[in-house]
Amino acid sequence: MIRVVLPAPLRSLARIDGEVVLEVDGPVTQAAVLDALEARYPMLAGTTRDQRTKRRRPFIRLYACGRDLSDDAPDAPLPAAVATGAEPYLVVGAIAGG
Amino acid sequence: MSRIRVLVGTKKGAFVLTADGKRERWEVAGPHFGGWEIYHLKGSPANPDRIYASQTSGWFGQVVQRSDDGGVTWEAVGNDFPYDGVPGTHQWYDGSPHPWEFKRVWHLEPSRADPDTVYAGVEDAALFRSTDGGKSWRELSGLRGHGSGASWMPGAGGMGLHTILVDPARAERIWIAISAAGVFRSDDGGATWTPKNEGLRSEFMPDPTAEVGHCVHRIAHHPSRPEVLFMQKHWDVMRSDDAGDSWREVSGNLPTDFGFPIDVHAHEPETIYVVPITSDSLHYPPDGKLRVYRSRTGGGEWQELGRGLPERDCYVNVLRDAMAVDALDPCGVYFGTTGGQVYASPDGGDHWTAIVRDLPAVLSVEVQTLP
Repeated sequence: MIRVVLPAPLRSLARIDGEVVLEVDGPVTQAAVLDALEARYPMLAGTTRDQRTKRRRPFIRLYACGRDLSDDAPDAPLPAAVATGAEPYLVVGAIAGG
Repeated sequence: MSRIRVLVGTKKGAFVLTADGKRERWEVAGPHFGGWEIYHLKGSPANPDRIYASQTSGWFGQVVQRSDDGGVTWEAVGNDFPYDGVPGTHQWYDGSPHPWEFKRVWHLEPSRADPDTVYAGVEDAALFRSTDGGKSWRELSGLRGHGSGASWMPGAGGMGLHTILVDPARAERIWIAISAAGVFRSDDGGATWTPKNEGLRSEFMPDPTAEVGHCVHRIAHHPSRPEVLFMQKHWDVMRSDDAGDSWREVSGNLPTDFGFPIDVHAHEPETIYVVPITSDSLHYPPDGKLRVYRSRTGGGEWQELGRGLPERDCYVNVLRDAMAVDALDPCGVYFGTTGGQVYASPDGGDHWTAIVRDLPAVLSVEVQTLP
């Protein structure tokens, strides 16, 4: 079980209250979690990463377990605490005004 | 009695304003998509309850929303806008080459005949079309690839394709306008395109009369006479009587010929409206007085309209997609400001009232006249 916390604009877009709980088959990586997220909520495709290149959008940050994972390889394993659901995976809008 | 539905896109959401045909008492619904920039909403002429909306964010990118119940409920549809082939480069502000990058949808133009067909004008400038109700989008790449694309450059607001006019009598004829490239016309449904900027003069260009590069802010026409086009350019109000083949200036006695929107009266093809703005660096009305100017002669002679509009200390702007008319008689005229007001005149511009006053900055206004 993977817990994902989305920023408010994406929660409203996907009509989600609170955390998202996902199941991921195979290795728990950022790419696998975002794939599962977009499969469950197709309207989120393109909102955190480019639909074609899968590159993270510039004003999106990705955190877990007190660490900034934004520039980690998308296929690198997420911390074990995220994979077990003990800690959430955080999708964060950069603090850039507004 | 007819009803009016005004679709308002703002910096922080969409609003739907409704009234009966008297246009006196307005109900405000919204915000829809609160917190997101809504560049534009527009209803399908073929099915007015089908409305498309461009929802954008610097953080989260582009979303296209679709309603099938007149803007009460919405569904996110396709948001993948792939440029056809290798996009190449356009000019950056300093003249250097800059890669084409999709940023957002500026304008959505539903087909008059088919609710599932809709055009999208995007930044960086390109034209897309969907024929499945917005689920998928395909670029009409003959525009961007016609030859001059490498010389287009962004205006201050970005390099947006902001105006799409489809000829009501022959749907294969389309005009579009880009800041800052100019007007282009296709006579074959968007496959091939020709610049239509003869007669325009833009002093910010090394060759002020070059074929492309002009910062056209808006073009408009009357459906009964589509070959007569009116233009608000960065500076100058212009007119074409030959479908854009040539343009002549009709700024006449305007206090300033800088501005953004231009629109045409629903029943009088020679009656047009602009909102003069002080200058390219002073994006507010002259002397702090918000004024619409109306010409009943298709330009040249202009009348100041200010009854009900702010007389002093008004420093808002009116953006290019933020003016529209209804189809009632007398014709209603509507515009929104960056100060969050939407003004309406139920009598062709003679009298104005703020029908809502404290919205976020208004980006676009469209009007639907409903049975």
